[in-house]
Amino acid sequence: MLSRVADSLYWMSRYFERADHCCRVLEANYNVLLNPSKPSREQRWLRIIQSLGLEVDHKLGDSQATTQLIVQPQNRSAIVSCITSARENASQVREQISSEMWERLNQLYHQVNSTPSSPEEDLQAVRLLSTFRDGAYKFYGVTDSTMNHGQGWYFIQFGRYMERACGLSRLLDAHFSASSGADDLDWVSLLTSCSAFEAYRKVHTADLAPDRVAEFLLLNPEFPYTARYAADQMSIALEKIGELTASRRNALSDRIVGKLQASLTYVQIDEIMERNLHAYLNAVLQQCQDLHSAVHEVFIDYPIESAFEA
Amino acid sequence: MATSYLPSDRGSYAPLRDYELGAAYDEMFRANGRPRSHYKPLYSRLLHLPPEELDRSKREADLSFFNQGITFTVYGRNEGTERIFPHDLLPRIIPCAEWELIERGLKQRITALNLFLKDVYHEQRIIKDGVIPGELVYTCPHYRRQMRGIKVPRDVYVSICGTDLIRMPDGQFVVLEDNLRVPSGVSYMLTSRKVTKQIFPMLFRKCGVRPIEQYSQALLSTLRSLAHEGRANPTTVLLTPGVYNSAYFEHTYLARQMGIEMVEGRDLVVHDNIVYMRTTSGLQRVDVIYRRVDDDFLDPLAFRTDSSLGSAGLFNAYRAGNVVFANALGTGVADDKAIYAYVPEIIRYYLGEDALLNNVETLLMSNSSHRKHVCQNLHKYVVKAVGESGGYGMLIGPHSTAEQREEFRSRIEANPRNYIAQPTISLSTAPCFIDGGRIEPRHIDLRPYVLFGDAITIVPGGLTRVALRKGSLVVNSSQGGGSKDTWVMQN
Repeated sequence: MLSRVADSLYWMSRYFERADHCCRVLEANYNVLLNPSKPSREQRWLRIIQSLGLEVDHKLGDSQATTQLIVQPQNRSAIVSCITSARENASQVREQISSEMWERLNQLYHQVNSTPSSPEEDLQAVRLLSTFRDGAYKFYGVTDSTMNHGQGWYFIQFGRYMERACGLSRLLDAHFSASSGADDLDWVSLLTSCSAFEAYRKVHTADLAPDRVAEFLLLNPEFPYTARYAADQMSIALEKIGELTASRRNALSDRIVGKLQASLTYVQIDEIMERNLHAYLNAVLQQCQDLHSAVHEVFIDYPIESAFEA
Repeated sequence: MATSYLPSDRGSYAPLRDYELGAAYDEMFRANGRPRSHYKPLYSRLLHLPPEELDRSKREADLSFFNQGITFTVYGRNEGTERIFPHDLLPRIIPCAEWELIERGLKQRITALNLFLKDVYHEQRIIKDGVIPGELVYTCPHYRRQMRGIKVPRDVYVSICGTDLIRMPDGQFVVLEDNLRVPSGVSYMLTSRKVTKQIFPMLFRKCGVRPIEQYSQALLSTLRSLAHEGRANPTTVLLTPGVYNSAYFEHTYLARQMGIEMVEGRDLVVHDNIVYMRTTSGLQRVDVIYRRVDDDFLDPLAFRTDSSLGSAGLFNAYRAGNVVFANALGTGVADDKAIYAYVPEIIRYYLGEDALLNNVETLLMSNSSHRKHVCQNLHKYVVKAVGESGGYGMLIGPHSTAEQREEFRSRIEANPRNYIAQPTISLSTAPCFIDGGRIEPRHIDLRPYVLFGDAITIVPGGLTRVALRKGSLVVNSSQGGGSKDTWVMQN
């Protein structure tokens, strides 16, 4: 597989996951904002701003502000910007992804892009978000069912879980660093942002404890929206890619992903909380960053000389 | 232009009633209300097809084009607006016997043009024998002196050719121009076919339409046949200028259909005169490049130094015989519009035959008496710059303003070699479905695609291009043209 193609698939997937993550978070936030409670409206919006890197105009109503974060192209992390970037990357590799994937992505792009940024009515934001979420599930569905599960697909997987690990770490950090006065609804909102409320209850019942929430979203190996699950998936993807490229040059990326996996597997939540959650999450982000660089250097942008030495 | 309509007892289909026949040859009607025999099935289908249904099919097809991304980007006011490639639903039908003549004519032409290219870049017998003035060859903007003496595999310079044919008012097909560099449009031929099959399934079967779906397979075999012997499993790639090229959709389409990698210049690396592509498993050697990048942009070391679309060192690798380009470099000398005027001579010179497909009468502006005559009668002629394609650099006399004519007159005087003139020909017309449910005649041409590898392959039909603006004679997609499916009948 061409290096440029692998790179585009990876970024297509990352941007798509980013849009999807943004959609979940905004939807959960919109719902929690409907309730009166101790943390102020600004505090709640602050979490969004911190974790997604978005800018919010506080003069606007919640619905309008949410719509802006979906469709305003000046906001680099707005859903529309992420989808545009995902589509741009996909268009570079049109011949590598299935027609169904392209059509889904293209449809979603046109849908989001044709929405005016000043909403006519209150419900628009909610409708947009749920349309988008549906579209995203369909895209994941056709990606899994209409594309060869070969190298390209594993680069897509790798990008998806890389983005998920990063997004989750930032989201947890934002929630816990501004947790004073947080009530149950805020913890529900955090879980819902990861589509994890139902899954959490199956494990821990409806008993909401902040430590438990953090444990679930960081360390649970079975639920797809957790850091541990993401690390496992990245490890599988890299192993497969290594096999398929017959490459012996990925020792560095193996080591980094192994360390990350080990840390998320053997650490206990009490340890993390006692030391410093913020520091732990930052370390996860740093390892993701290193892993990204290592993979880029091994498969995408390797020096030509090294290729001839082999 | 004679205006008339079908008496209502001839057909209840209102949209066909206002079909105006002009001076041009009409593909469907021999006379008002009298379809040619090979169009009768379509004609009677149209009589019984409610216009609403056709309209709905059109909208469905448009949406599917849109979702598939068969679009081009419109630049200007609203940045990034995407439009679908304009296409017409009604097929253009060519009877079997007519197609056979076209096919033989095209084979003859491509054979002669390849012999001409080999000669021009090697012995130059045709110049020494005084058939074509050497000056005319050397002054071609697309003549590449770097190609002198370079041996190309199988002596095939042009492996992929798109020849533009038009039908004269007397019904005869003639060649308007050859596209021997990087002809495009074949993806529209293939996607239009998919649409018409969905819309007219019964009619399609009834007409016995010859298939074209084998094109991609044939293209791949043609490319592979060019690989150097001894390279058992040649790696073939398609080289695209990238996502901003107007034909990018076609590049991705063909690469996917053939199952080959589509590369950009930045994916290629040349080392010791061998071309590699950068893959996740390391560097992989490339044997055949189906390049959709113009000569000038292929290699900044050999041609334009400011180009970043190609890759440095490609030309040296080519010269060393380590990689094959399809088409070869420098083929543009044979589709220069002044050389075009000599193609009948070229055919006679190399094959000893008369051309089966005639040329359009062409006046070279380098000839002073021709130039004088044309400059005095510019309103009657079509003037073209010799090295241009895509409908650029062209004056259509009858549709021009005095100002435009004056501009061309001074351009011709300044550089006579760069221009040719042809009498304005009314291209044939075919029925097209126009917004609002009417069916009206529009001018069309025909671009069949010729593949030259082990053998010459021509998929039956090709791309019929339509000048969608009423009365317009310009069919280029860059100038408001569209396409329609082309049906060649089995018998």
